[in-house]
Amino acid sequence: MSEKIRECANPMNPKWSRWKTILTCAFLLIAIAVCDVPRASALPRGKVMAIPAFARKYGLPCSACHTAWPELNNFGQVFRDNGYQLMNDRDSPIWQNPSYFPISFRITPSWHRESTTNQQFDTGNGTLTQAGFDLSGMDLWSAGTIYKNISFVLLPSSDPTAVWHFESAFIRFDNLKGSPWLNLRFGRFELDNLISEKRFLFLSNNGGIYQIYHFNVPGSINNFGYGDNQIGVELAGHSANSYTRYSVSVLSSNEGGVNFTTDVVPGAPPSNRTYDVNLAFSQAFNAPGAPGESGFGQERIGAFAYIGQRPTNYLTEGGTQLVGINNKPFYRIGFAGDLSYKNLELMPLFMYGHDNPYLGQFGVPGGSTLPAGAQAPTFYGGFLEAHYYFNPQNVALGRFEQINVGQQALNTTPGSLGNITAVTFGYRWYPIMFSRGGVALDGEFSRVRTIGVEPESGDGSGTVADPTAAVWSNSIYFGIDFDF
Amino acid sequence: MTLKKFAVTFALGSVTLLTAGATTSTAQSHVNSPDPLLGTPSVATETSNISGITGHAESGKHLYRRFCIGCHGPDGNGQGMNAQWIDPQPRDFTEATFKCRSTPTGTLPTDEDLYNAITRGFVTTNMPSWRPLNPQQRADLVAFIKTWSPRWAKEKPGATLNIPPETPITIESILHGRELFQKLECWKCHGPEGHADGPSAATLTDSKGNPIKPFNFSTGDRFMCGDSNRDLYRIFMTGLDGSPMPSFADVIQPNDAWDLVHFLRTLQVALPNQELTLWQSYKAAHGKDLKPIGPDSAGGAQ
Repeated sequence: MSEKIRECANPMNPKWSRWKTILTCAFLLIAIAVCDVPRASALPRGKVMAIPAFARKYGLPCSACHTAWPELNNFGQVFRDNGYQLMNDRDSPIWQNPSYFPISFRITPSWHRESTTNQQFDTGNGTLTQAGFDLSGMDLWSAGTIYKNISFVLLPSSDPTAVWHFESAFIRFDNLKGSPWLNLRFGRFELDNLISEKRFLFLSNNGGIYQIYHFNVPGSINNFGYGDNQIGVELAGHSANSYTRYSVSVLSSNEGGVNFTTDVVPGAPPSNRTYDVNLAFSQAFNAPGAPGESGFGQERIGAFAYIGQRPTNYLTEGGTQLVGINNKPFYRIGFAGDLSYKNLELMPLFMYGHDNPYLGQFGVPGGSTLPAGAQAPTFYGGFLEAHYYFNPQNVALGRFEQINVGQQALNTTPGSLGNITAVTFGYRWYPIMFSRGGVALDGEFSRVRTIGVEPESGDGSGTVADPTAAVWSNSIYFGIDFDF
Repeated sequence: MTLKKFAVTFALGSVTLLTAGATTSTAQSHVNSPDPLLGTPSVATETSNISGITGHAESGKHLYRRFCIGCHGPDGNGQGMNAQWIDPQPRDFTEATFKCRSTPTGTLPTDEDLYNAITRGFVTTNMPSWRPLNPQQRADLVAFIKTWSPRWAKEKPGATLNIPPETPITIESILHGRELFQKLECWKCHGPEGHADGPSAATLTDSKGNPIKPFNFSTGDRFMCGDSNRDLYRIFMTGLDGSPMPSFADVIQPNDAWDLVHFLRTLQVALPNQELTLWQSYKAAHGKDLKPIGPDSAGGAQ
């Protein structure tokens, strides 16, 4: 192969033309579509052997529990709230075929392009652009019932380089005293979010996170993310149809960390010894339609509050940090909705965040004198997400996000530093949506503007060239999301 | 790459996805896109009426596709892709034969019967409770289910069974119910102790020839068609059409039926109930005087 051909064949090479990127992308999609049609059509009815765990156990199609997987509909929510039980006296594993094994895999091969402006390089400033084929992390889902009314989840998860951690691991005692209002969960789990980031439909670097779920005011030492799994114990309950739901969680103040640290991978700082509390409540109702019509669908609204603490200093020995001390409080409060108008789903969320002034001052232990101008960092914002379901196999997605810093940690800091505006569009097509496996083609475009800081996605060089100017980060993403 | 070209790329990809999605959805009708539903006759006009809620088949069609098609199939004949793995087999809606009815055996159920069945689900089967769907959605599904059989256009549902007030729960009532259990040969399927181990149990088949098991009173706390005494009364007065469980409406009088209900409750040893408590006290004192239920007690159980 000549040098010229080698250069042109590498999408990372600067000589690779932009139009070649576009054409390659289009060609791949067309090829996927063309190849997939005859393959999918040739599949015999009832002979498909891809087996996600719950579908295999109960024989229900993906669409029974998911509006579009992995997002849950209300039937899926009730199933989850019941401890992964349909409550038909056949939930205990004693009723399963002995060959049944409750494991599913999920991974997404993809092509994506990330571009971030206002970046600093050794050779000067500019835009960092990367593109190419890639893999997502992998989930190895195991979940179900150990016995009637005792359920579990074990979710080892890896990043694309196969560094593993336990994303979720809990046991849950369901329907205590025969009541759906009393369920006790113990372990590491996602907070009881009305709008889940773990089961949402976006995959790109910039669009694949809810910005507000991970936001902290620039300079804050608070590592809390509302979208991150936490570790502790949760008491939760729900009505028979899960229209009314509540949860109260008591969690270690360590961002879900394990081994008395603040993360699930080695090398993290040690945790402190305090506990956080999360409260969540939601209520659903049915919106009636016009006379002679079948109604708009289910509408759900809810509120949440997280009250936590983080250390501002560490007990040390020989310079080694042993345990977090001098804890200072913070809280997040907000409300959210999941609203339907026939095939259109709208999901608004608003959150307000407030940290103790010490959490905004890196290196100033709680109790010592704060620098002049130090104040409690605050922020507010949220998002509005929209899904339009053409049918259970095709869904168009859109989301707008806005976060404003209400009060910087120092009153001399420009007020807009850290503000985020983001917009994401996408489309998911599920050519395979059997009761025993699923494939989704996912296309997304996401554009995020941050003021003076790196985007939450982590894209970019790591250093903003001009902290007074905006950083624009764009993602184009095409992935094949499959679940086995 | 400029933003404009980003947008062009994205638009191109989306259009390709959309086109391919539409093409494939049409092409794989026998896989997961139930196109036969679209051709179901009278789907647009069929309705259901449940306690003031009007269900619409057109809306129910989309719900059926999302929730039901995996078991009941794109043709409504109970041959969905999962059917081969399911025991008992999913209902064949084209026959319009339903187990749980408030109407006489052989007749169509009321809309409310179907609605209650969807709401309740069927314990010990793969059919879950669909209470998470809202009442309107369940009514829509009822309307759509009625499009699968021409019987719904030709016949009306049978007259709803009139259930008289329950008689007092007494030991006499239970003992008389026990006699009826022997006399009507319920034990042949359900077993002398209600363990679903009667001599005929292993030979039972449903109306399609599939093996079927009788109800095991000793482990179940709910019945296929409800959990109250009235539900139990209704079950053996209407029968479970499509299964070997016949209707006893022409065989026993209402008071006798209540006596049988009271005795059957005593077989539910895993479910604390008033009849069981009364029966256990009686048995403690008079147990040795009771004749065992079974072939040797043809003249009466007591």
